[in-house]
This record gives sequence, C-alpha cells and structure tokens, in this order.
Amino acid sequence: MRTGILATALMASMLFASTACVSADAATEKLLKSTSDHTKFKALQQEFNSGPEVTKACLSCHTEAAKQIHKTQHWKWEYRSPDGQLLGKKNVINNFCTSITTNEAACNVCHVGYGWKDDKFDFTSEVNVDCLVCHDSTGNYRKPAGLAGNVVTKAMEFPPGSGNIIKPIDLKKIAQAVAKTSRDNCGACHFYGGGGDGVKHGDMDSSLASPDKALDVHMDALGLNFACATCHMTEGHQVPGSRYAPTAQDKEGAHIRGKEDKTNPTTCQACHGQAPHKKIAKLNDHTDKVACQSCHIPKFSRGGVATKMSWDWSTGGRMGPDGKPLITKDDKGRVIYTAAKGDFVLGENVVPDYQWFNGRVIYTLFSDKVEKSDTPTRINRFEGSADDGKSLIWPVKIMRGKQAYDPVNKRLAIVHTAGNDDTGYWTNFNWEKAVAAGMASVGAPFSGKVDFVATESTWPITHMVAPAKDALGCRDCHAAEGRLEKVTGIYIPGRASDHAGWLDTAGWTLAALTLLGTLVHGFGRIVLRKRK
Amino acid sequence: MARMYIFKRFERFWHWAQAALIIFMLATGFEIHGTYALFGWEKAANLHTTAAWTLIGLWLFAIFWHFTTGEWKQYIPTTKNVVAVMNYYSVGIFTGAPHPFRATQLSKHNPLQRLAYLLVKLVINPLIWVSGLAYLYYNELAALKVPVLAGLQLGPIALVHTAAAFMMLAFLIGHLYLSTTGHTPLAHIKAMITGWEDAEGDEPAANTVKEGAA
Repeated sequence: MRTGILATALMASMLFASTACVSADAATEKLLKSTSDHTKFKALQQEFNSGPEVTKACLSCHTEAAKQIHKTQHWKWEYRSPDGQLLGKKNVINNFCTSITTNEAACNVCHVGYGWKDDKFDFTSEVNVDCLVCHDSTGNYRKPAGLAGNVVTKAMEFPPGSGNIIKPIDLKKIAQAVAKTSRDNCGACHFYGGGGDGVKHGDMDSSLASPDKALDVHMDALGLNFACATCHMTEGHQVPGSRYAPTAQDKEGAHIRGKEDKTNPTTCQACHGQAPHKKIAKLNDHTDKVACQSCHIPKFSRGGVATKMSWDWSTGGRMGPDGKPLITKDDKGRVIYTAAKGDFVLGENVVPDYQWFNGRVIYTLFSDKVEKSDTPTRINRFEGSADDGKSLIWPVKIMRGKQAYDPVNKRLAIVHTAGNDDTGYWTNFNWEKAVAAGMASVGAPFSGKVDFVATESTWPITHMVAPAKDALGCRDCHAAEGRLEKVTGIYIPGRASDHAGWLDTAGWTLAALTLLGTLVHGFGRIVLRKRK
Repeated sequence: MARMYIFKRFERFWHWAQAALIIFMLATGFEIHGTYALFGWEKAANLHTTAAWTLIGLWLFAIFWHFTTGEWKQYIPTTKNVVAVMNYYSVGIFTGAPHPFRATQLSKHNPLQRLAYLLVKLVINPLIWVSGLAYLYYNELAALKVPVLAGLQLGPIALVHTAAAFMMLAFLIGHLYLSTTGHTPLAHIKAMITGWEDAEGDEPAANTVKEGAA
C-alpha cells in the first residue's frame, strides 16, 4: 500500500517534471544555438534603404567578414585552374545563357554583392558585399532580375513603363533574423542556374529545398535534414567543393575531429571512408574504379523538376500569329520553345552518362578557335582514363546545344541578350546586333556574320543521393548493353563486349566437339551391340 | 558373382559433392560471364562465390584424405596398357571385347583414367583455384604493392578463369559419357554410389596392371 502511494507520487512528479521540461527546453535550445540575438543589436534597429546600408551595419561587428568574402569564388566569379585556364562565370562561355558579359544587370542578381552591372564594378568595396542573400532566414529577401543584384526598399515599376511593380522588402526585419545558411539560401541561386529551376545541373533544383528521403537521403527534411553546408563545410566563408576544382577520387579515410585534414570535406569518403559497404563487402571492391555517385544516384532530376538536356539557340526569334514572341509548351505545360532562347529538350528522371574522370576539366574559352567541323565543340570536357590511376567512373549530365559564333573569326560569340536597349537579343531578336554589342564590349573583332555551332558541356552528378535500397543493382552494369557499356579500359564481368571472342568460340567448340564425339561413340555402341 | 569394395565412403561423398558443386558453378559461372540469365546476376555471383568456398573446403579435406590414406598413388601415371585401353575404347567396346583392365582396391583407375584425372588435378583445378581466388581478391592483391601483382587486371584473370571453365565443361561431358561404358550403362555409376563394383562379366584379357606402389 505504502509503496503504491510512493510509486504514484513518483510518477506524478516525473510527469510534472517532463511537462515543465518541454517549455524550458525550447527556450534553452534557442539560447544554446547562439550567443547573440540580432534583434537586440543597436546597429540593426534602424530602417535600411539599401543593401549596402545593411552590410555596413553587419561589418560594424563582423569586421573581417567582407574581406573573407572578397577571397571567395562567390565574390570573384573567377578561378584559375591548375591548367592555367582562367575560368569562373566572369570568363566562361557556357551553352546555357552563354555569358554574363554585357548581361550583368540580369545575370548578376546571383552575385553575392550589390551593383555589378558592368565591367566597372569595384571588387574591393566592402559595403557592396551582400550578407543577406546567404544569411536571410525569413525567405523574404529578393534580388529582382535586371537590378544588378540590388534590392528594392520602395515599390518601383520595373522595367520602367512596363506596369510591373516590384514590391519592397523589409530589410530591418530580415537583418534582425539572420542565421546560418540553409538549403533555401544556397538554392536561391544554385537551384536556378542556367536561367530557371533545375535548368543547369540536373542534380540540383527546387525539389531539394525540402526533399523526402527517396530524393536525397542526406537532405531528407524529416530525417537527416542536411543543409548544403553540412557537406560543404565552410570556414571563413570559403566554401569547399566547387565543380571548378573537383575531387574525382578521394583515397583518404573519413575525417576525424581533432585530426587535421586538408582534403576536400565534401566527398562521400570524407564521412563514409573507403569501405562503406558493411553487408555486402564485395561492393567495396568497386570503390577503386567507380565513384559512389555512379551507383547511388541512379537518375538525376528525380524531384519532379525537369532539367534542360539541350538548348538550340539557332531557332530563336520566331513570332507567333499575334506578332508577339512565340512561346511553345509541351503537353505537360512546360516551355520547350521561346523566341528569346530557341528550342529546349527537357529531361526528368534521366539516366546519366558515365565516363572516366580524374578531376581535370578543360574548357573551350573565348580566346580559343572554334570550327564548325569539330562537332561538337566541347565547352568543357572531363579528362580521365582507366589507367591513369586518378580516375573513377563518374555519372555526368551531357548538355548539348547550338549557339552563336563568328564563322569568320572562328570564335564563340559573346551575345548581349538581356537589357532594355536596341541591341539586346531578348528585346529585338537580331543576332548581328546582339553579337556586335557583345564582342565590342570586350574589344574583340566581329566579322558581322553570325552562325551556330554545336556544343557540348559536361556536368558532374553528385547530389540527389538515393537511399541504399534504391542504388543500382549488379545487373545495371554487369550485362551487355548495361549502363557502363561505353566505358572502356576495364573488364566488367557479364559485359559481352569484354569477352575474348576467340576464347568463347574455342571453348564452346571444344564442348560441342566433346559432346558430338560421345554421341557418335554412344550411337556406335548401341547399333553394334544390337547387331551382335 | 564377386563384388569388390572399391570406393570408400569419404571418397564417394567427395566425388558426388564435387560433382554437384562443379555443375552448379558452371551454371552460375556462365551466367556471370553473361551467357544467359538464370538465377539473376547478383544471386549467381553470390552463389558462385559461396560454392567456391565450399569446394575449396571440400578440396582441403580431399587433399588431406589422399595423402593420409596413400590414395594419391592412384593418380601416378603409367604407360603400361595405355594402348590396350585406347584400343578397347576405340575398337573393342564395339566388338564386345573384354575390358583390358579390372579395377582393384589398389588400382581403381585404368591408365587413361589416371591420365585424365591427373590432368584435372594438376592443370584444370589449379588454373581454376588460382584464377578464381585472384578474381575474388585482385583489389587486395594489387594493393599489396608487390611489383608482379601491382598491374593485376581483371581482364586477364577472367580470361584464364573462363578458359579453365571451358576445359572443365569438356571434361564433364566426356566423364559423364564414359561413366556409361561399364558392363552395363549404369554399372560405374552404381559403383560410385555404393562403393561396390561388380566383378561380373568376362575376365579381363590382360589384367597385368601392377600396383604403382610396388
């Protein structure tokens, strides 16, 4: 009896304690997340009229932040490759929207800065660093296209005379709610590369903002819920894991805290080590030849957002029956033609291409000669082979295109596309004018003629990692006409093209002749025995 | 009718277990090779590996047995009577001539059998063992940084393994057929099951084979 009362009292007190814990925990949790509450900072308790004003306030405490940003690719948009090529968005011509040059006001809304509208931008300015685009936690921060990355704090009509009103944003609220970067921050640009959702990469689109486990086992919003920075472990604003400097093969073990490790933290091996397959150990024998991604990302564009697989600029400029720029949609309502951009081929749930890749990427740059005969012109190409000791078989997206070039000077064209002026292609649909303006902006000669050249670019597939149960099975590659059919220099059991034809012929002939011999011998025995 | 106990219990177990494993491994092996689909590639590969380890285990026991019992001497090649036995299989068997050889406990195999089984034990089996283990462990072997093994590629390993498999297949076909050439078609098979060989039938014409262990 007495013990009964005691037990009841005990249970009641536990119940009480646990209820009290809930609210205390929430407050504690918030407290333990950060030593600072940005709503309490005097510097942020003011109305801001522009982005740089906010940055100035940020820098009043985070004194070195802008200097750190100045050292990043996010700021410079420039990268010198180990091969000496000057890359980065500032220099590369791709086969999507092709080039930022003369189109900065539109393209550079994705620059982590304010006001890069032409080649006069001051890369030493600290207040022009945009802190909020990466640290906004409200989801209300906007950098409208055409304003060179600037934000709007008073309602304005843009483009002027269009009747399109851009709503202002409340910079004070946004500044007071800054936080660590989230998938939404990175995604605001990286999901939309190439001019729209999912267009460029194939393995990155808005479906990764809040993915389920099947789409991305790590970013699963109800599970591991990784932010981008969980893998792209950033220190001092330097984000590792750029595709400009990829790690094709990581032979190191998993990173261990306390142990200095300068290798790329974004690789699968950086967490999973070299022998991640516990149940089926034979799978570990694949890791010296096959990138993890090849089996664990069975398809890309798996989240319901299509990616562009090809883009033909040469068909642009068609007007509809109403005299307005033509736009065509497919039966799913997706745009597959616009007068501004030409024809697209879209892809969803795409099986990647596979190729050897050693981390070296060679680009065809503006300064390189382009021949129509070298079809396709490789905007970039992944180097690698079976026997260089540095390559793995990687899944890639091959983007095919047709884009403008100068057939006389044999150079890829810099096209002035965006802009409310007489030469912008998207306004006036005149290739000669648009290319003339683009080439003139960099002081390059232009013959006055525009033709189109077939191009191809290669993109690594590394996001949208599926759960283990959805990884490829043996038969996907260990078969004739399997996924790795075109990958040379390696023997894959079950792939018919690897067989030594003479051996199969000799072997089956030997077996057949033996069988025939026994049959004849046996037949002889039966016949002669009967006769006897 | 005289009966003779020729094949001992372990010997029979070894024979039939090995037969089953070899047939099973040919079936799974050629599926892995890509010749047909039967079990499904992954299952075939797993079963093939499991069967390989089972067979290796069996072989270890068999080798131990051969040496401890002295049975290894059954495979010492001899040229005596080879011609007579060859004559029997190419002519005599059709004319109803008696077999020139009679099995005894000390000499179970006729001279042709000795040669054939020795070929299996010294050529085909080692080829399969070595190439098969290399097939399973070429990654680890290459990682040993031994110069000879460093360049070890799966292609040549698979080539040898496949070639040995074809040889084994040809042996199996021949062996299966020759098992029907006793005094009745099932006589040899029965002996391999029960261990007892019938001494029934004609007396051998020239049973002069002497024990190799003399």
